Amino acid sequence: MRNTWEIFKRDARSYFSSPIAYVVIALFIAISGFFFYALLSRFLNLQMQAMMQAQQMGRSITINVNQMMVRPLLGNMSIIALFMIPMITMRSFSEDKKSGTMELLLTSPISNTQLIVGKFAAAFALYTSMVIIALVYPVVLMIFGNPEIMPMLMGYLGLLLLGAATVSVGVLISSFTENQIIAAVGTFAIMMLLWMIGWLGSGSGAFSELASYLSIIEHMDDFTKGVFDTAHLVYYASFLFVAVFLTYQSIESTKWRG
Amino acid sequence: MIEVQNVTKRYGQTLAVDDVSFTVEKGEIVGFLGPNAAGKTTTMRIITSYMPATAGKVKVAGYDVFENAMEVKKRIGYLPENPPLYLDMKVEDYLAFTAAINGVDKSAIPREIDRVVELTTLGDMRYRLIRKLSKGFRQRVGLAQALIHDPEVLVLDEPTVGLDPKQIIEVRDLIKELGNDHTIILSTHILPEVSMTSERVVIINKGRIVAEDTPTNLMASLKSGETVQLQVEAPFDDVKATLETMDGVTSVSLDTETSVGENICAVRVDSEPGKDIRKDVAREVVNKNWGLLELKQISLTLEDIFLELTTEEEVQA
Ligand SMILES: Nc1ncnc2c1ncn2[C@@H]1O[C@H](COP(=O)(O)OP(=O)(O)O)[C@@H](O)[C@H]1O
Ligand SMILES: [Mg+2]
Repeated sequence: MRNTWEIFKRDARSYFSSPIAYVVIALFIAISGFFFYALLSRFLNLQMQAMMQAQQMGRSITINVNQMMVRPLLGNMSIIALFMIPMITMRSFSEDKKSGTMELLLTSPISNTQLIVGKFAAAFALYTSMVIIALVYPVVLMIFGNPEIMPMLMGYLGLLLLGAATVSVGVLISSFTENQIIAAVGTFAIMMLLWMIGWLGSGSGAFSELASYLSIIEHMDDFTKGVFDTAHLVYYASFLFVAVFLTYQSIESTKWRG
Repeated sequence: MIEVQNVTKRYGQTLAVDDVSFTVEKGEIVGFLGPNAAGKTTTMRIITSYMPATAGKVKVAGYDVFENAMEVKKRIGYLPENPPLYLDMKVEDYLAFTAAINGVDKSAIPREIDRVVELTTLGDMRYRLIRKLSKGFRQRVGLAQALIHDPEVLVLDEPTVGLDPKQIIEVRDLIKELGNDHTIILSTHILPEVSMTSERVVIINKGRIVAEDTPTNLMASLKSGETVQLQVEAPFDDVKATLETMDGVTSVSLDTETSVGENICAVRVDSEPGKDIRKDVAREVVNKNWGLLELKQISLTLEDIFLELTTEEEVQA
């Protein structure tokens, strides 16, 4: 436990003392902020129209904030996260492999599991801080409107789960190479694949169902509707478990190859 | 303290270490001497449990490096060839981190940092960012890291490489001082370095151990001339009588181990250092009309290796 904590602390400190962390957070907030602004303008526009219509026709139409704003915003944020996370995790093992500190870590009396969990937790902590900053959007909506809170919280929980799965892939890929660019591009490619595979899932039949089951974004959908389904939790948890297991194997095999 | 038994390591097709065996006793300082690519780093990585051997066994403090890796890792302080430093950390934070992952008690960490900073004379550098340190100080931080948990065994891979002459002397003095209460194995490709630091030398070349002795004896054997081995079809007494009178020959003896068949004798001819007597011996044998079956120079390997080693101190920036 102590070893995991020490690895976590070192990596987290290193993330937050490098400009990359701030660039990634700034990018995430800038892009999601843009979407928030665009969605908000559209929403206010629609609401205005609805009000005018209501005056003319003498009956009111309510426009659902959750439906019109929160769901598309969360959807956008999950895609942006897929783009940002590779930039976070690219350092994870790659930097140690490059600088030779991997030799320090692997000759210290700490287990591979402690090492992997510590490194994962540090990258995930950076991602989480990004998501926490993005809580500003629901807060703004709550100040100026009257959205349902539960679906928003569920959506953010989904963002964290999606993020955890993506971070675990990033950590895995970074354990393959000492080149951070390759680590980032590789992670990104895999996440794109896991996103796009969902597009094949629109038809019917076993293949379609499988494709849509594998899609990492598809499992987000229910969360943005405010529905909590343990099936999705199981999906993300097994995803994480498999990635950590493969990372373990990857580190063991570097030892054999030298 | 360290027992290496028949260790072999392959990287794919490359045979990096080939059936290597040696031991290091408790409290000993052993120099692991060999030219580049001899297999020094590979052997040390196996001893430190960084990577497993392809075949063979290694024990440190009685623990198998493969089966009991954790126990071995707790007991070894390891300075890899490239000091494993986090450049974005301050020396003090880095040492605190390495202390923690080596199981030093939280309350003892400040004290241990003070101790190793003093040992490696890091002084005020402890407050600096490692990125800002010179090569010499970085090397010392690497050494401080290896000492932080006060390990019984130190494994130092080329600890003086890239240092300036003054720093080299300091590091060697430090190693000798540490030798008082540690078991140390250090690798080097610099011949004088082992005689200055080590009590015993293990020489490795192309993955094989070629000699193992005290530095003094090895130096002596280097200066002791050459040996030619030959097989001739003739009575040994005649051969001896003839060859002994030759210029440069110091002794002629019967090589009982390799003697073969009737009328054939294997003979060892020792000569003065730096003299190649092979041509003269061959001419003599032909003159006498003895059948010459084989003639070769032996014990050249050691010298070849010494030639490849750096015999003089390089002055590096
Ligand atoms: N990770 C590796 N992969 C493949 N070959 C390696 C690796 N490490 C070392 N070698 C090869 O093994 C041999 C021994 O290398 P090494 O142990 O580093 O020697 P030394 O430390 O004595 O210079 C060399 O031929 C080297 O090229
Ligand atoms: Mg080496």
